[in-house]
Amino acid sequence: MIAKGAVAIAEGRIGKPLEKYYAGRTRAPLQRSFIAFKSSAWLVVLSGFVEPVLYLFSFGFGVGALIGGITAADGSTISYAAYIAPGLLATSAMNGAIYDSTWNVFWKINESKLYQGMLATSLGPLDVALGEIAWALLRGLMYAIGFMIVVTPLGLIENWWGLLAIPAAVLIAFGFASFGMAATSYMKSFQQMNYINMFMLPMFLFSGSFFPLTVYPEIVQWFIKILPLWHGISLIRGLTLGQIDSSILGHVLYFIVMIALGLWFTTKRLNALFLR
Amino acid sequence: MTSLISARSLTKTYGDFVAVDQINFEVLKGESFGLLGPNGAGKSTIMRMIGATLQRSSGELAVLGKDPEKFGPQIRAHLGVVPQQDNLDSELTVRENLYIYGRYFGLSKKFLTPKIQELLEFAQLEEKRDVKVEALSGGMKRRLTIARALVSEPEILMLDEPTTGLDPQARHILWDRLFRLKELGVTLLLTTHFMDEAEQLCQRLIVMDKGKIMAEDSPAELIRKYVTKEVLELRFGSDKNSQFVDQLRQKCDRIEQLPDRILLYTNDGETLLTEIVGSGLHPITSLVRRSSLEDVFLRLTGRSLIE
Ligand SMILES: Nc1ncnc2c1ncn2[C@@H]1O[C@H](COP(=O)(O)OP(=O)(O)OP(=O)(O)O)[C@@H](O)[C@H]1O
Ligand SMILES: [Mg+2]
Repeated sequence: MIAKGAVAIAEGRIGKPLEKYYAGRTRAPLQRSFIAFKSSAWLVVLSGFVEPVLYLFSFGFGVGALIGGITAADGSTISYAAYIAPGLLATSAMNGAIYDSTWNVFWKINESKLYQGMLATSLGPLDVALGEIAWALLRGLMYAIGFMIVVTPLGLIENWWGLLAIPAAVLIAFGFASFGMAATSYMKSFQQMNYINMFMLPMFLFSGSFFPLTVYPEIVQWFIKILPLWHGISLIRGLTLGQIDSSILGHVLYFIVMIALGLWFTTKRLNALFLR
Repeated sequence: MTSLISARSLTKTYGDFVAVDQINFEVLKGESFGLLGPNGAGKSTIMRMIGATLQRSSGELAVLGKDPEKFGPQIRAHLGVVPQQDNLDSELTVRENLYIYGRYFGLSKKFLTPKIQELLEFAQLEEKRDVKVEALSGGMKRRLTIARALVSEPEILMLDEPTTGLDPQARHILWDRLFRLKELGVTLLLTTHFMDEAEQLCQRLIVMDKGKIMAEDSPAELIRKYVTKEVLELRFGSDKNSQFVDQLRQKCDRIEQLPDRILLYTNDGETLLTEIVGSGLHPITSLVRRSSLEDVFLRLTGRSLIE
């Protein structure tokens, strides 16, 4: 029994960049998620999608009816629902990504020993990190597409730039998934995991999803602008409202850095946890 | 014979604690090699260092001629690992577990489809193929973990306490499977704290205690070297045992006093028993048996110095 297959495959990576950490098989852990997903709780999956839609209907149309329109940066007036829709889209991408990359990852690291099993094979920690993050990102993407399907017929996406909201949602989901997994890999207990929730809800409420940041004193505005969700919301709002300027690039860059940092820390941490 | 694994002064420390202390050993191609030792001896630590999932603190280690720390993924591609605690994928079925594990190695579906069928037969899990792992018994899970380790056709199969927690019947089924693998030429490296398992499965073994190697040889040779052929076990009642130890000491090669019984090492147990009874001593129970690795261990771990 000579292991031609597995050995030949692994030796094929010798000399390639990051060979100790990356076997070029992001697909394998991703495929694992697909197989496991078939038998997962659909209701939970669905609830993540429904949540932002409920917000849209209650705040967008409810509160919107009370306050009328909102004056955008360029002086034009838009409906309140059209104002908050991009915020909710960014939030749903975030929620989808966070769902899989935090609690699920915590369970896989600490309870199910799943990564321990994966890393006893010829996979590397970067394969595992990328595969898991890709899966979380896909859920973010699903939620974003679902949300677009609801809001577009309502006339809340007024121009073609709005289509770019989907790839933007992928970027946002990627950023949150990779950061979420990195943070989770450092968490040692369920109590610590709750810190993530304690951080997420205020971020959602204050990152400009429901009203412009200008209502806050400047110092608070600065603080919020450090947080990722504000960048996500501003990016998507710029696209759906057709306000295209250089700030868009800044937001994109923010997420690219977030993705890179998250991947780097996750890989490092998986290596420390399971390979030393 | 080529050596597949070779350790020189291999050491692992956790802070000040030395879990594996400068050990040397070689595992040859095609043999079944055992690490025998009590809890905390350092067996799992050695297995994980060989499996390229734990870094050593010092010393040298070569697996298939390569350093596991430099060629982790490549070395792991040669190994089938059965960890001490099952880490099967509880969200997947039996078949899916085998399939996805093969995918982790990069193996194709075409390769895996017949392979999985073969492994399900090997592990006697064909009826359970579409059952979630959670619904398997302990013995079935263990067999599945072994089958899973074989999906990549590894050259070396590493089993960390393969039968701990299984009932005797399940253990015998597993032993049978492992024998077959050995016949196919797979090199087996296993740890155990069952003496009978070591005797059954290992051609050669090291006896470990507190991170150190106490002895290394084949089971038969260890018994020959360190203990007599037979053991006579006597019970006089727990408070009386010590009364007779001195009296019995001259009659045999070596004596061990355990809390509940006295062990007398001799090459002819029946004759010794007749002699003892003839001299007017009347143990409550007596048993003559062949010496085992258990006795070797007793001798090696220091308690025999009471002699
Ligand atoms: N991560 C760790 N940190 C500190 N000490 C550790 C760690 N892992 C193992 N040890 C210690 O190293 C020693 C050897 O452990 P190991 O698991 O190798 O023993 P073992 O021979 O496999 O025992 P068992 O039969 O109980 O499985 C033990 O004393 C254990 O407490
Ligand atoms: Mg152990």
